[in-house]
Amino acid sequence: MIRTLPSSKAYTAAFNGFIILYFTFLFAPLIVTMVLAFNDSMFPALPWKGFTLDWFFGEGPEKIGIFHDKSNLRSIGVSFRVAFAVSTLATIIGTLAAFLFEQENFRFKNFFYFLMIAPIVIPGVILGISILLFANTVGLFFENQMGIDIGILRPGFWLVVLGQFSFITTIVTLVIIARLRKFDRTLEEAAYNLGANRFEVIWHITLKYLRPSIVGGFAVAFLMSFENFNTTIFLVSSEATLPINLYLQVRDGSTPVINSISFLLILATSIVAVINLYVGRRKNKRAP
Amino acid sequence: MMMSKLRTIRWSFFVFFIPVFLWLFLLIVLPQLELLRMSFLGTDYYGESGVTFDNYWAFFSEPIYWLTFVRTALFSILVTLIVLLIALPVAFYITKVASFKITGFLMVIILVPFWVSELIRVYGWMILLRESGVLNHFLTSVGILKVPVEMLYNDITMIMGLVYTTMLFMIVPLIGVMESLDDALIEAAHDLGAKKLTIWRTIIIPYSMPGIMSGSIIVFMLVLGSYLTPNLMGGKNSLWFTEQIYNQMIIYFNWNQGAAFGFMLLLLSSVIIWLALKLTKQDWRSVIK
Amino acid sequence: MQITLSVENLTKKFGDFTAVRDVSFQVEDGKFFSILGPSGCGKTTLLRNIAGFYEPSAGSIKIRGEEMTGVEPNKRPVNLVFQHLALFPMMNVHENIAFGLRRRGLAGKEVDQKVNNMLERVGLPGFGKKKIDQISGGQKQRIAIARCLVLDPSVLLLDEPLGALDAKLREHMKVELKKLQVEVGTTFVYITHDQSEAMVMSDHVAVMNSGQFEQLDTPQNLYHSPKSSFVAQFVGNNNKLAVKVHKKEGGEFYARYIDGRDYLLEGAYDLDQGDEYDMFLRPEAVVINPPAEDKKFNVMNCTVKAVLFDGGNSRLLLIPETTSEELIVALPQTKQYDYLKHGDVIKIGWNPATAVCFRKVDVKIYDDV
Repeated sequence: MIRTLPSSKAYTAAFNGFIILYFTFLFAPLIVTMVLAFNDSMFPALPWKGFTLDWFFGEGPEKIGIFHDKSNLRSIGVSFRVAFAVSTLATIIGTLAAFLFEQENFRFKNFFYFLMIAPIVIPGVILGISILLFANTVGLFFENQMGIDIGILRPGFWLVVLGQFSFITTIVTLVIIARLRKFDRTLEEAAYNLGANRFEVIWHITLKYLRPSIVGGFAVAFLMSFENFNTTIFLVSSEATLPINLYLQVRDGSTPVINSISFLLILATSIVAVINLYVGRRKNKRAP
Repeated sequence: MMMSKLRTIRWSFFVFFIPVFLWLFLLIVLPQLELLRMSFLGTDYYGESGVTFDNYWAFFSEPIYWLTFVRTALFSILVTLIVLLIALPVAFYITKVASFKITGFLMVIILVPFWVSELIRVYGWMILLRESGVLNHFLTSVGILKVPVEMLYNDITMIMGLVYTTMLFMIVPLIGVMESLDDALIEAAHDLGAKKLTIWRTIIIPYSMPGIMSGSIIVFMLVLGSYLTPNLMGGKNSLWFTEQIYNQMIIYFNWNQGAAFGFMLLLLSSVIIWLALKLTKQDWRSVIK
Repeated sequence: MQITLSVENLTKKFGDFTAVRDVSFQVEDGKFFSILGPSGCGKTTLLRNIAGFYEPSAGSIKIRGEEMTGVEPNKRPVNLVFQHLALFPMMNVHENIAFGLRRRGLAGKEVDQKVNNMLERVGLPGFGKKKIDQISGGQKQRIAIARCLVLDPSVLLLDEPLGALDAKLREHMKVELKKLQVEVGTTFVYITHDQSEAMVMSDHVAVMNSGQFEQLDTPQNLYHSPKSSFVAQFVGNNNKLAVKVHKKEGGEFYARYIDGRDYLLEGAYDLDQGDEYDMFLRPEAVVINPPAEDKKFNVMNCTVKAVLFDGGNSRLLLIPETTSEELIVALPQTKQYDYLKHGDVIKIGWNPATAVCFRKVDVKIYDDV
């Protein structure tokens, strides 16, 4: 049953078999996608026609690799800029929110905490359309009443950033709160006692302690923003992010260039995720 | 002395509070209210815009809308249950059965697919399962199948895809609670004569309840609000309610109708989560942690 | 007397490491048996072997004459009280105690009745409805024991269950536990690193060190006649004096201490392998200002370094003449010695029968706090 309790051979074997099946199920689509990025074929399918790097470096005209695919490259650029803006904003506001909910007491705190949690239980589609509608109404109001045209309220880069920020900040807040909760507040009291003011205490003591979770929160926010589809789809203009740009190619069928993009993304996200997890675990172990 | 300290603390409170307040009110509360307001607006036969219930009337009078709605709700519950049934033994294996040497490794690699975009994961399944896909190629060349079969675009594949894309959101909270489950509790139950199933029923599941609930809520929400997986893996008849919203907003450009659908979806998710919390007597605060 | 638990030549290895080495003992029915040893000595491993959570590498365990090897923990007529009690937090007190009964297929009134009886026996009547986090440490203790006793096991195993309690409560629970055991008459096997717990409660104590039993005896015998240097150091307080043993013409053995004096010993010593010994002298066996007339009494001159006042447990810290060693001696609170102060020179003495001597070995006593 567990490590210390004896189990029958059949039970152990069945359980191990189940776990192997599960991991196969988990990794099969990813591995197949990655392997087919190197197939020398016009379609992302078997049979295997030999190894090629054309879907990475091909210059056309038949095979255009990702490094020469203007449309996909542009959307990757957009996604990077969006993700950077979202994770920077979300990390700043998320840190403030963590301090607010962990260290301050105020009326209606429970109500605000509930509001802060709400974005992760509101479907992304609804966040997308509600922000679109609201931005549109506010934009119309400014235009009709004051004759000011506010560009960021129209679908485009900044509306995408706002839409993703609205729920990713919740995740960052929860990541930072989890660590702040373990913080020994006598350290802050000691710093006050030695003459520091509130902001010196936060800067020199608390933020130093929170650094791993802030870095972790930033990485999580970056990855979530980079892969978001449901919210983004309602807020983009012609400047498509990568998932939006890939969606049509996946739906209507495309060359294995998608596999090469997937290969690079899986590799990059795995590296970021593994570093993040290992660093997080090591830091957690060191913390009291 | 006391006064000045109090003042700095009040000041810091507003530094924290104002940005958070702006975020929650400008990006969450007001847009949701706007969604509600828009859902009650519409243009009548004369082109005059005004308050109307037409958008909701359309929802209830057109079977395609409410049938999709009910279907989406039921399928979401089904997927959540399947995910839970698979995730429980996996989380248990990782935290309690696997030898200490590999648990850390398993915990890291089980999270890797979670970071890969949903689109890419769905794409992986598509090139595996479609008629010209890898699995068909394999099965025909081995001789199990004579001609390739289209395995995509049906409800079962779609359910599998939804299970796949949301699985990790159940596993992570379950691993979280099961890690804190003291082995001695299981040993004690065993020592007092309990069998495996009884230990699951009386010890492991009750203990994991907060993790089960938070995992179930997140998975349910993700499935309910999912667009890519049903759209790319489901068949012509596997309509998902988010696709209806998408059609109204993007294709018909009927934002009022889309707002009404959106609000119905929000209502549905809130009601089901509220019911689930009530039925299992869990407090939302304990579930969030 | 019937033998309830019999362990023969039990060995348990983890890879290359031998945690328990060739241990044998028997426990009679209704006795309180303790295994006392420092952390890491193998006592928990031994207990988990008896409970069935480990399979022995060699040897056998018999309960009421029945071989236990290969029998799963839940099929053995033993129950274990876990170190941190392992009370089920998702159940109330009643459900915790009823858990094992229900697993045996009992239901309804019968369960309620047994649980309520048990609650009364452990002195917590009416506690059934309470949640586990609503009751105190000492009450949890009793519930954990009740949960096992209600199944009427042949042997109740207890894995340092008092370790988590604070010192005052621990003192109290020692007495409670002994009373409970006498009342129910179940055989208890108790492991601990706290010698006082073992001494107060047990009929027999086995002192364990690096996987083996050093001595198995009554608490009185362990205290008065330890069989090894380890036992002398681990059980009770002792002064350790490095001495050289020699034999005088009269056939009596003497220990020469570094103050240059010879002290009479009881018993015979084998000096073939060197004369370096450790002499152990209990603080409470030493008399201050001994009567001069008794020639057999050993007498030592000391300087008072400090008076360590601690009520009934007060002691003197002494420095034997011409040395820089330290000795601890009990200081009876009879007003008789109130005049003693730092720097006084006094005589102390002891009956040779109260001192024991073992060949010098390097044993370290790890006393985990």
